[in-house]
Amino acid sequence: MTTQNTESAGVSTAQDSSQSDVLLTVQNLKMHFPITRGIILQRQVGSIKAVDGITFELMRGETLGLVGESGCGKSTTGRAILQLYEPTAGEVIFEGQDLTEINSGELRRMRRRMQMIFQDPYASLNPRMTVGSIVGEPLEVHKIGGSRREQQQRVQELLEIVGLNPYFINRYPHEFSGGQRQRIGVARALAVNPSFIVCDEPISALDVSIQAQVINLLEDLQSEMGLTYLFIAHDLSVVRHISDRIAVMYLGKIVELADREELYENPLHPYTQALLSAVPIPDPEIEKKRQRIILEGDVPSPAEPPTGCNFNTRCPQVMEICHQYEPSFADVGDGHRVACFLYDQVEALDESGQPVSATA
Amino acid sequence: MGNLIEVRNLQTQFFTQDGIVHAVNGINYDVAERETVAIVGESGSGKSVGVMSLIRLIPEPPGKIVNGEVNFDGQDLLQLNEEELRQIRGNRIAMIFQDPMTSLNPVLTIGRQITEALELHLNMNREESRARAIELLELVGIPDAGARLDDYPHQFSGGMRQRVMIAMGLSCNPQLLIADEPTTALDVTIQAQIVDLVTRLQSELGMAIIWITHDLGVVAGLADRVLVMYAGFIVEEGPVDVIYGQPRHPYTLGLLRSIPRLDLGRQKRLIPIEGLPPDLLDPPQSCPFAPRCPFVIDKCLEENPPLMSIDAVRKSACWVDLSDVEIYDTSADEQVEAVA
Ligand SMILES: Nc1ncnc2c1ncn2[C@@H]1O[C@H](COP(=O)(O)OP(=O)(O)OP(=O)(O)O)[C@@H](O)[C@H]1O
Ligand SMILES: Nc1ncnc2c1ncn2[C@@H]1O[C@H](COP(=O)(O)OP(=O)(O)O)[C@@H](O)[C@H]1O
Ligand code: SF4
Ligand code: SF4
Ligand SMILES: [Mg+2]
Ligand SMILES: [Mg+2]
Repeated sequence: MTTQNTESAGVSTAQDSSQSDVLLTVQNLKMHFPITRGIILQRQVGSIKAVDGITFELMRGETLGLVGESGCGKSTTGRAILQLYEPTAGEVIFEGQDLTEINSGELRRMRRRMQMIFQDPYASLNPRMTVGSIVGEPLEVHKIGGSRREQQQRVQELLEIVGLNPYFINRYPHEFSGGQRQRIGVARALAVNPSFIVCDEPISALDVSIQAQVINLLEDLQSEMGLTYLFIAHDLSVVRHISDRIAVMYLGKIVELADREELYENPLHPYTQALLSAVPIPDPEIEKKRQRIILEGDVPSPAEPPTGCNFNTRCPQVMEICHQYEPSFADVGDGHRVACFLYDQVEALDESGQPVSATA
Repeated sequence: MGNLIEVRNLQTQFFTQDGIVHAVNGINYDVAERETVAIVGESGSGKSVGVMSLIRLIPEPPGKIVNGEVNFDGQDLLQLNEEELRQIRGNRIAMIFQDPMTSLNPVLTIGRQITEALELHLNMNREESRARAIELLELVGIPDAGARLDDYPHQFSGGMRQRVMIAMGLSCNPQLLIADEPTTALDVTIQAQIVDLVTRLQSELGMAIIWITHDLGVVAGLADRVLVMYAGFIVEEGPVDVIYGQPRHPYTLGLLRSIPRLDLGRQKRLIPIEGLPPDLLDPPQSCPFAPRCPFVIDKCLEENPPLMSIDAVRKSACWVDLSDVEIYDTSADEQVEAVA
């Protein structure tokens, strides 16, 4: 039953009758940061390939989980999609428009439709602003709140939606707990009626007993408002709970993407397998019997990623070809995509990303 | 096996401008030789202050250990003078912390930081200590250890720094290793490396471990016994499989219920613990969990339950009997999923 459940992208949403309702298409997105030397004459001596050619689609109303180790480029992906960075290359097509092409006025208008919730509920709220002005600011910026009174009403409504007392409107962030601050961040993101929200580790800084409160809130809001989420996290148990599909990132690239249950039951990429086996399960009986795949070493620097498959320095199943060519990101069936030469459908790519015709 | 350390009625407070923070409120527990005890609980529940009090690493003022005994190998650590304590800290009792960057000295080489302790505690000369440092770094799996001895901390990754901390912690063959959230800042794959390393070293070297964490998953694979802390109290204690199989305190039950599990059918909806932990500046006289507890009865509001024995191996601080409560009602979850 569980494995058969694969085709529906928005399992729990009401409006997923039409399958192909694509909200966002990310095509070969790259975000490289220059490394510079010299004090007066800054010259570029290299680049950090934080995001290095990723491709995926997001369906309306779905949650796509993005997981991977620290520094692999998750936050950068989120920011590059929202055009908080200017991408080095690639397309970001949101509601039919390529955000990397449009002018700043149009982008400003599109911004209303896309919002971000940040990891650190302590650092992301201005300590000198009241809750009312924090939540109301986007209304002001986009001039959509109407009169002062209407704005205030809307802010109180938003506070209520995220489970905060509307009377808190004149309080300051330091008067709230971590979980409550994260709710303020959510209210602010919702103020402009977005259709898409990038949630960048929205619960990582919260205590275990509070995390579930925020996850439930995000799920409720999604089903009530038909929101689409890109949910960034490093906790794979949480990602499995909230996502419809999951993308696994390693060193700037997506190495595997599949429906939630498919990814957990049938992980194909050696990195995904190691990642899943490393997640501790709160059950001593299971933990005693479990075989862990312990990866050797650390993640290489994104300034000098290994050539060929970028996982080849840590991969327990590395082969000759993995040092020579890069694996393509191929569909191995039912939308399960993977970049690894262990699978027949995967092609060898040369440095320019073109398929190598002769089989190696 | 005998007890290596016995903590009795330990009570630590901070005297701040805003009032007295009741951080640790009279806790009792033992750790046997070679045993691994995990202390779990959310942030601010008194885990760190509780163990730092054992070796008197509490900043005084504002902190003060106002009551208690810590019997370690026949002596009460709370009665020792500073010189006697120094002989024990870092030597017979070692401690590793959450953030290896802040506990390593950034301007000293990795090698020097290890050899310093060896020279101080074990009276080794430069050559001996250097050779031992290389051995230790190899023991914790730093490749090419001899060459990396002259590196500085910033040249190591987070996981490598934590391994250096472990090497330093183990340098004097401690009888007790206290690890305060040593993997919290690390990725899961690196966490798996560290957990693997520490369990292997423990079986080779035979020390006891107190491992503090808020991650219930890590504890399951690591600990023999678990102490659950809430608001400065130990609210439940017992062998790890018993606690996870059938928790008998509503807080432990709530924690287990609120986290999604990778191995179970997907829960339709998580069951959070509602509300917030109490303010330790003004702790209630009632059961500290009462405002968030779904099982609360009148008695809970009148009297804070002490940690009471339930059976031969376990204790709980709760007035209500939870022996019939199931943790996961997975059958219902699957059904909801199927209908939706
Ligand atoms: N503005 C920047 N300038 C230079 N390098 C950057 C910048 N932002 C990010 N990077 C680098 O890009 C890489 C990816 O960073 P990113 O913040 O996207 O990682 P992440 O996957 O979100 O990690 P975490 O889980 O730690 O949040 C890292 O090597 C990081 O140091
Ligand atoms: N130096 C200090 N001054 C005042 N209060 C402190 C200090 N250190 C810890 N506390 C308080 O003691 C309580 C327990 O803290 P701690 O043991 O660090 O919690 P945790 O369980 O997260 O390790 C908290 O309320 C904390 O704010
Ligand atoms: S392509 Fe080769 S190195 Fe890369 S993950 Fe697959 S087997 Fe490992
Ligand atoms: S004593 Fe009462 S309030 Fe406290 S945990 Fe038990 S049932 Fe809940
Ligand atoms: Mg990030
Ligand atoms: Mg702590």
